[in-house]
Amino acid sequence: MKKLIKIHSYLMAGLVFFAFSCNQGGGSGSSNGALSSNIAEKVYVAPGERDEQYGFLSGGYSGNLTVYGLPSGRLFKEIPVFSQFPTSGYGYSEETKPMLNTSFGFIPWDDLHHPDISQTNGELDGRWIFANGNNTPRIARISLTTFETEEIIEVPNSAGNHSSSFITENTEYVVAGTRFAVPVPQRDMPIKEYKSNFKGALTFIAVEPEHGHMDIKFQLLMPGFNYDLSHPGRGKSHGWFFFSTYNTEEANTLLEVNASQNDKDFIAAVNWKKIEEYVNNGGGTKMPANYAHNVYDESTHTATSTMKKEVLTVNPSEIPGAIYFLPTPKSPHGCDVDPSGQYIIGAGKLSADITVHSFDKMLAAIEAENFDGDAYGIPIIKYEDVVAGTVQSGGLGPLHTEFDGRGNAYTTFFISSEVVKWKLETWEVVDRQPTFYSVGHLMIPGGNSRKPHGKYLVAMNKITKDRYLPTGPEMEHSAQIYDISGEKMQLLYDFPTHGEPHYAAGCNAELLVNNSKKIYRIDENMHPYAIKSPAEAKVERDGNEVHIYMSTIRSHFTPDNIEGIKVGDKVYFHITNHEQDFDVPHGFSMIGQGTSEILVMPGQTKTSLWEPKKVGVWPFYCTDFCSALHQEMQGYVRVSPANSTIPLSWSLDDE
Amino acid sequence: MKKASILMIIGSALLLGLFVFPLWNIRLGAPQYPEPLGIDIHINGLQGENEFDIQNIDGLNHYIGMKTLPKPADMWEFSVFPKVVLSMAVIGILIGILGFIGKISSIWFLIWFIVMGILGTLGIYDFNLWLVEYGTDLDPNAILKLVNPDGTPMKYNPPLIGHKKLLNFDAFSYPRLGGVLLGIGMLFSLIGYFLGRKSTANLN
Repeated sequence: MKKLIKIHSYLMAGLVFFAFSCNQGGGSGSSNGALSSNIAEKVYVAPGERDEQYGFLSGGYSGNLTVYGLPSGRLFKEIPVFSQFPTSGYGYSEETKPMLNTSFGFIPWDDLHHPDISQTNGELDGRWIFANGNNTPRIARISLTTFETEEIIEVPNSAGNHSSSFITENTEYVVAGTRFAVPVPQRDMPIKEYKSNFKGALTFIAVEPEHGHMDIKFQLLMPGFNYDLSHPGRGKSHGWFFFSTYNTEEANTLLEVNASQNDKDFIAAVNWKKIEEYVNNGGGTKMPANYAHNVYDESTHTATSTMKKEVLTVNPSEIPGAIYFLPTPKSPHGCDVDPSGQYIIGAGKLSADITVHSFDKMLAAIEAENFDGDAYGIPIIKYEDVVAGTVQSGGLGPLHTEFDGRGNAYTTFFISSEVVKWKLETWEVVDRQPTFYSVGHLMIPGGNSRKPHGKYLVAMNKITKDRYLPTGPEMEHSAQIYDISGEKMQLLYDFPTHGEPHYAAGCNAELLVNNSKKIYRIDENMHPYAIKSPAEAKVERDGNEVHIYMSTIRSHFTPDNIEGIKVGDKVYFHITNHEQDFDVPHGFSMIGQGTSEILVMPGQTKTSLWEPKKVGVWPFYCTDFCSALHQEMQGYVRVSPANSTIPLSWSLDDE
Repeated sequence: MKKASILMIIGSALLLGLFVFPLWNIRLGAPQYPEPLGIDIHINGLQGENEFDIQNIDGLNHYIGMKTLPKPADMWEFSVFPKVVLSMAVIGILIGILGFIGKISSIWFLIWFIVMGILGTLGIYDFNLWLVEYGTDLDPNAILKLVNPDGTPMKYNPPLIGHKKLLNFDAFSYPRLGGVLLGIGMLFSLIGYFLGRKSTANLN
């Protein structure tokens, strides 16, 4: 009995202790951070539940765009944009090869940087997302109904297409600025003669409102600085575009030092409405050019590439009063505009402070001609007449700023590895949270619009180190998600990201879920090699080209036995997926084929090229586990010697 | 008797709803079909609840060797049923009008109800025959040949009414708006008969 009481009292003591420690853990300001259960609940999306928001993260050197759910950080899809993608056959299938055509020929890769969702009246409209290829300058438009790349336009006279692909508030333009100044037009000349000879092209690409088709409206040939990032004016500053610059020294070597000499570089303010009017009235100079315009047609499931031969250029000196320089300390990187359009934030990446310019002050200074000389004829507004305030951050290496729509701004600091929250207009720092590690961009869904959804903030880091289980020297980059709905930011979750995200765009789920396509209708398939039913399957020979009109439906190919193919033939498998059910793709691959598989969505037609080199009977199969009889979804092609007389024949079940 | 006749007219007119709304519905749900596949049975043919449901059900049924779902031309019922329903509705309305102007007594309402009841029972019997035939007359070369524990071949006919488990699918079979209107219409004719009889009795 005594023993029992003793045990009982131990038990009681234990319970009391437990209750006490729980209390500690649940208290505010606890150091338990993400371990405490209320934080876990904020990112926990139960099985079968769906996320609140979409996040579209750039893939950087993967060349692609990734789609994540927020707040869970779950990866939903990788959308191939500038890189060949064997998973779906993008850039490998005959239909999509033209998407990667450029004036340099077929380029299988790029460095995808800054996604931006289309807008109407300064708010996200969820029709398309644009992204830039940094290396071989290109802009892509991705459909947000199919989540596929629909269009890519090459940008001539540009190099290092970095201050891109930001859109104006009614998606009038998607803007692409060059990072590297280059000779325009390109020519053989000494590198040392860079200064005053090289140009920095800022390209305004008009977006056709109904289908989103892109067409270069004009190129502004600016002085040979490096145009780093840009953002559109909005609200009151709609009609203007702002570009940060570095290397106003115009150094051509050891930029690390030589481009860091000027105390201030510039933010270029461009009145594009004025230039638009000028070119609409016949202004500008047509310059010979050569650049690719690639368009994917959803009804034919096929892309075409056209080379364009001319571009309209505008020299700043032709339109006085359209362009001004705003002096901004220390090689500004990020160039962000607040939701009202009043403040232009220049984050001098070599400084501790953030410089904020005022749009109203800028207009007043222009009116009063408060200039501090000019650069290549472009007026430089006096610093003190345009600056609205400076954020004394206490951090190091500010890069990018986003907004929550409640008067707060959030800036990433690469060197001090943190996100700093500060107040617009008072410029006071109100909170700071560490990131892990060395944060580049950050994204608040809708943060680059008049109406941010200020609930979550995603910080995209450049360095991962010890955040996850190690995977050898190469690791995925790390992102953090913060809850910013309160006064203080709260770190919620860590998740790895694919490639290297340079910026991201996000929106509420409702904007996209109901428009997301489930299937392509077979009766709307206009592909020239499509067949409307398996009964139309056939094989045709045209010289050494063989076209196989093939059908897939669970769980067979029609036809699945083909004879009469010869070594040296070019065999095109045109595969139509006759399923009309959501999420039932079929794949196709052929042994020894020098290309990737293709993944064909319901109602779609895709073409895979095979050039048989060996005599024999060669199997092909469905690569997507489509059904219980997926393993049986296979067939044979008989390949005979080049001089064979075996006639072409095909069958399914000997019929 | 006027009230009774109006009920009779409305009741028979409700049958015409079958030309717009489905009589019956069979719905198939499974783990991988969070949005179930559904067949709406109209008196003149079958229709998918979603555009491609019939095609997708046929696609699944081919594994167990079921015939594809019938097109209107494949079954005599789909041409006869509309005629029968239209005739009964017209006759019912006529009876109602005659009752309204006092030419006939409400006993005709009962006769109409009984005839309709017999036709309905025959219809349901026929429907059940079709379900059983459809669910058991399987291709001997079917991909999946499943047997019950006692060795007899598995049957795949959905239930006449209610729920039944068919392999990984939950099959639900219930009347839809057209069928409900038919039931209400018949009930109206029966109520009409009793109301009519009561008013005649009162008069006497």
